[in-house]
Amino acid sequence: MKKNLITAVLMTVVTTIFFGLLFPLLITALAQVLFPKQANGELLTRNGKVVGSRLIGQSFTSPGYFHSRPSSAGTGYDAANSSGSNLGPTNQSLIARVQGDADRLQAENPGAAIPMDLLTTSGSGLDPHISPEAAEFQVPRIAKERKLSDDVVREAVRQHTESRQFGFLGEPRVNVLELNLTLDEISAKPAAH
Amino acid sequence: MTANGWLQILFLLLVVLLVTKPLGGFMARVFGRERTWLDPVMRPVERILYKLTGVDESHEMEWKEYALALLLFSGVSMILLYVLQRVQLWLPWNPQKLAGVAPALAFNTAASFTTNTNWQNYVPETTMSYLTQMVALAYHNWVSAAAGMALAIAFIRGIARREQKTIGNFWVDLVRGTLWVLAPLCLIGALVLVSQGVVQNLKPYDTVQVLDPYQTPQLGADGKPVNGPDGKPLMQTVSQQVIAQGPTASQEIIKELGTNGGGFFNVNSAHPFENPTPFTNFLEMFCILAIPSAFTYTLGKMTGSPRHGWAVWAAMALLFLAGVTTAYWAEARGNPLVTAAAQHSTQHSASVQATGNLEGKEVRFGVANSALFATVTTDTSCGAVNAMHDSFTPLGGMIPLINLMLSEVIFGGVGAGMYGMLVFVILSVFIAGLMVGRTPEYLGKKIEAYDVKMAMLVILIFPLAILVFTAISVLYSFGTSAMSNAGPHGFSQVLYAFTSAVANNGSAFGGFSGNTPWYNTSLGIAMLLGRFMMILPMLAIAGSLAGKKQVPATLGTFPVTGPLFTVLLIGVVVIVGALTFFPALSLGPILEHLLMMAGKTF
Repeated sequence: MKKNLITAVLMTVVTTIFFGLLFPLLITALAQVLFPKQANGELLTRNGKVVGSRLIGQSFTSPGYFHSRPSSAGTGYDAANSSGSNLGPTNQSLIARVQGDADRLQAENPGAAIPMDLLTTSGSGLDPHISPEAAEFQVPRIAKERKLSDDVVREAVRQHTESRQFGFLGEPRVNVLELNLTLDEISAKPAAH
Repeated sequence: MTANGWLQILFLLLVVLLVTKPLGGFMARVFGRERTWLDPVMRPVERILYKLTGVDESHEMEWKEYALALLLFSGVSMILLYVLQRVQLWLPWNPQKLAGVAPALAFNTAASFTTNTNWQNYVPETTMSYLTQMVALAYHNWVSAAAGMALAIAFIRGIARREQKTIGNFWVDLVRGTLWVLAPLCLIGALVLVSQGVVQNLKPYDTVQVLDPYQTPQLGADGKPVNGPDGKPLMQTVSQQVIAQGPTASQEIIKELGTNGGGFFNVNSAHPFENPTPFTNFLEMFCILAIPSAFTYTLGKMTGSPRHGWAVWAAMALLFLAGVTTAYWAEARGNPLVTAAAQHSTQHSASVQATGNLEGKEVRFGVANSALFATVTTDTSCGAVNAMHDSFTPLGGMIPLINLMLSEVIFGGVGAGMYGMLVFVILSVFIAGLMVGRTPEYLGKKIEAYDVKMAMLVILIFPLAILVFTAISVLYSFGTSAMSNAGPHGFSQVLYAFTSAVANNGSAFGGFSGNTPWYNTSLGIAMLLGRFMMILPMLAIAGSLAGKKQVPATLGTFPVTGPLFTVLLIGVVVIVGALTFFPALSLGPILEHLLMMAGKTF
């Protein structure tokens, strides 16, 4: 008993130093040397200012930007407070929210089928992506607001569409923040013709 | 359901199958103290560890000493975990200046991480400092997993040894499992995760200027909008986003490999910094399954009956496929109430794309990978999630719940799944023996009254703890106040919480607010019961088996290899689970499904 108790205490101390301290510090050092960009959250800058992370979604409400999915993280895309809605399938609040969003989206693009991801919150509340269908759904609005042709906007969407990884893993998706940054670049340039 | 979805599911199972033999064989050598190619590196480290901690590696333990060593180690490390949370404010690597964790919550978390459960009643981003996450929480991911592996090996030794009193040395098994199996895999895995975008740093949270600042109602301390003097809600402009950072990858990898499941961030593997790409998602699921699957081969190898190991693997794989098929089907079918609500607002028919239930799911994973992850994480004792189980359809969410109720033996936790399944194996052999009227034998060992009593103890304590705690909680307001959904779904939330706690899983119906005195205490006790009240009878069986004589197999011996045994084992697992939990399930997810189909909301 006594011998095992002493070992238990010493083992806790020694393995804590090994695996609680040295291992994460070793990984941190290796990560910072080998993959500095990824290890720090793939931050995006514009004109020297950090405008976000490529992996973390943002709220977009202006009509000239592609909108992200609804979010339940804080007041929306709060990246220090990730959270899903956790609304159950028979919860009235879920149904009411979907109905409200569907009304708004239908008014924006009458007749087009509403993509399901625009009606649902993500698990993290920080989903950086929308489906290609959800991007296509918003193309007419963006083109009108920015006075661009649909095709120019579609080309930007195509540029930021990621297909399934290695051809079969995951789902096709569009990075909203990067797409909107590109849109701003296009709008800032004088028309090409 | 899509062909591509199925391709991903079957590909995962195939890769897991492919590593089962090499990894399982390697583990058999490691725990059998045979030479491996890692010896030149690890053997010196191992020797230093023993020297520092006073371990005599030639000492062999009887089951009682083995259990005592485990209990002492768990106790001491649990106290350290508790203390570190309480004093984190005064320790380094706390750039957000997070305060010490409150006593009840610190107890719950200490119980949770010591028992390999990783149930989280706290929001990591706003509660735990970097130091606490690394030294207190991630550390327990290592040792609770290694302890689970040690126990499974001790059990297997009990089966394999003849007329011996001892089942190994806990300290040696603990150290060898950590150094030879977990450490090398974690080192490589963590770096692969970082290369894909999992963060690994010690810097304070980043503040960025968002592209499109927006107006939002100002929230008071109670989370409700604050009204101005004119009675209208006060608005504030949000122009910044604070992005939580931290040493994530080093915790992420052991969280999966050790089937722990405690997220670095609140939303666990749904968070883009924990699980940024479909490949990391695949890798994480693979890491969860790899060691538990390999253990079946280790079992076969160490007991000299490889075909027995594969028969157990087959039972696990079939139960896994049954679960994932049902969950995928239910989620791909979607929520008819959501579809109806969306269509209600339009004059057009078919104006919503039928892409299944995406509430609480990430676009990059979609329905297939979310249903798959949910099955993988609850088949094992992992409990990491990449989608919110709370927002699954009733039947889709019932699959994780059922997986937990079968006491996580479908691959199961590292080690824990193996010894859990072996208890069912003993029960199956016993039932087969009853059917033919002979004393049951298992790999040459007579299974006698003592062994079956202990096996039944394991099987009975499990539902007893779950159902009694759930029943108390739904009767009183201190229990029902935690529900965030009304109707049968609220009951499911409480049932899921205690099932997850006793099964040492740690996943949740996440809307459930368990950070109350009642739940911090009761869930903490439930987790400790679920871990240690399973382990003690299980080690007693191991000790009893080790002492038995080998009886030669005869024509009348029920073979524990081949399809007949696999089917019997599945039957016992499913029937025990179904008989115990069907009434509770019918009040929760089954009722909710029927009401959902009838168009009822709450």
